[in-house]
Amino acid sequence: MQPDSIIQEMPRVAAPPGASETVLVVDHVSKSFGENHVLRDFSLALHRGENVVVLGKSGSGKSVLIKCIIGLLAPNAGQITVLGQDVATLDHGAMDRLRAKVGFLFQSNALYDSMTVRDNLLFPLRRHWLDHGPAEEDALVRQALADVGLEHTADMMPAELSGGMRKRIALARTLILRPDIILYDEPTTGLDPVTAREIDHLIREVQQKYRTSALIISHDMSCVRLVADRVVLLVDGRCYAKGTYEELANKLDPKVREFFA
Amino acid sequence: MPDESLLAETGAMTSFAGRFFREGFRPRYEVAELLHQCYVVGYQSLPMVGITGFIMGMVLTLQSRPTMAQFGAESWIPVMVGLTIIREMGPIITALIFAGKIGSSIGAELGSMRVTEQIDAMEVSGTNPFKYLVVTRVLATTLMLPVLTVLADAIGLYASYLGLNMRGTTTLALFANNVLSGLSFGDVLPAFIKTYFFGFAIGVIGCYKGYFSDKGTEGVGQAANSAVVVASLVIFLLDLLAVQITGLMGLN
Repeated sequence: MQPDSIIQEMPRVAAPPGASETVLVVDHVSKSFGENHVLRDFSLALHRGENVVVLGKSGSGKSVLIKCIIGLLAPNAGQITVLGQDVATLDHGAMDRLRAKVGFLFQSNALYDSMTVRDNLLFPLRRHWLDHGPAEEDALVRQALADVGLEHTADMMPAELSGGMRKRIALARTLILRPDIILYDEPTTGLDPVTAREIDHLIREVQQKYRTSALIISHDMSCVRLVADRVVLLVDGRCYAKGTYEELANKLDPKVREFFA
Repeated sequence: MPDESLLAETGAMTSFAGRFFREGFRPRYEVAELLHQCYVVGYQSLPMVGITGFIMGMVLTLQSRPTMAQFGAESWIPVMVGLTIIREMGPIITALIFAGKIGSSIGAELGSMRVTEQIDAMEVSGTNPFKYLVVTRVLATTLMLPVLTVLADAIGLYASYLGLNMRGTTTLALFANNVLSGLSFGDVLPAFIKTYFFGFAIGVIGCYKGYFSDKGTEGVGQAANSAVVVASLVIFLLDLLAVQITGLMGLN
């Protein structure tokens, strides 16, 4: 019989000695939809300036995890602490203020079809009551688009952009708020290998330029190898294994080998 | 069972409408989006509603004329057409056209936003998507349908005047005098008030179907389709209810 986890003991999550500030703690979280147990006693810690990849098969609970972190879903058990605040205890106003510091790159990009690229970028800025003058807004849009290498697209509609460009614009919309943490939901899914590698490099560049922390949901092993400082393997909603890419790549466990073979 | 799912759906839709009243009148007020939606659902529906109203008035006049002429009652055509259009045909036809155009587009738009995660993106951008998307659209349909109905009535009556003049001669002043002499506030007010309820129902049903759309692109098509079907059915049910209420008030 296969074990549920090859981690000997799941300790209470805390920053390891010498590690930098912990910005996100997922502490023994469970989430079910009826009889479907998607997350089971899952724990994770993310430190400032670190990229952690949550790796797992489709349907293993990866997307549910980040929707719990951003407060789009409520876990059935456990605690999620983001930038020192317990997500479950926040009212709408406090949740919105927290969300201004946490960027979310959706798997489908979620660009607003009816708005230009500029308006897509300005939407979160204005909705979070971050009032800037027109000149400052313009500068922020130009900077965010420059960060993703698409300065010329400001007046284009999302439908006029390629898949890779839409992904970059979605990242620019996330960056315009200068978030402390970015949550990436399968950032390279649906992209050709060349564009996917460009997105991987962009994730690294953003991390180095703004010292953001990132939680990246993926099953693209090239992405994992390029962007991960640490990897957490999610199997059947449980944290099955964790470590650096090299540590996991050297494990002989068959479930780990399925990904790293 | 289908009966159970119908009841569950009705309950969920009623709860959705209740949420509109709970959340709709609390700040933050989405005034700019409301005005934009009024423009989209009101102004952009005007050509369709105008053409329909014109044809309704013209056809009603041309088809009733031979029968009325047999009884020597041609002079009663303006009164008959006026009562028919103001009390029943104007509100119902306009509401059905409105449900077909606006109900389906709201269902498809919100359904598409749901499956492409745009609604979730709105929520993480510090926006209450229910207020921004649903409250504004329901208010816009509720406020705009009565305006469109009044315009459709006016256009329909003018078309009736043109129809009468195709086979005879009537002045606009005489026509208007005949129409107004046959109308009372008991004819006009209930017909006008019920259009608010029609507009509210179209908005709530379109938004409900789109907001809870699933099953990907197939779900978007289903949301648009069922928004029109259910809204049309509810319009007739509300009309039946309105007739009963005006009957009890002695206005029929």
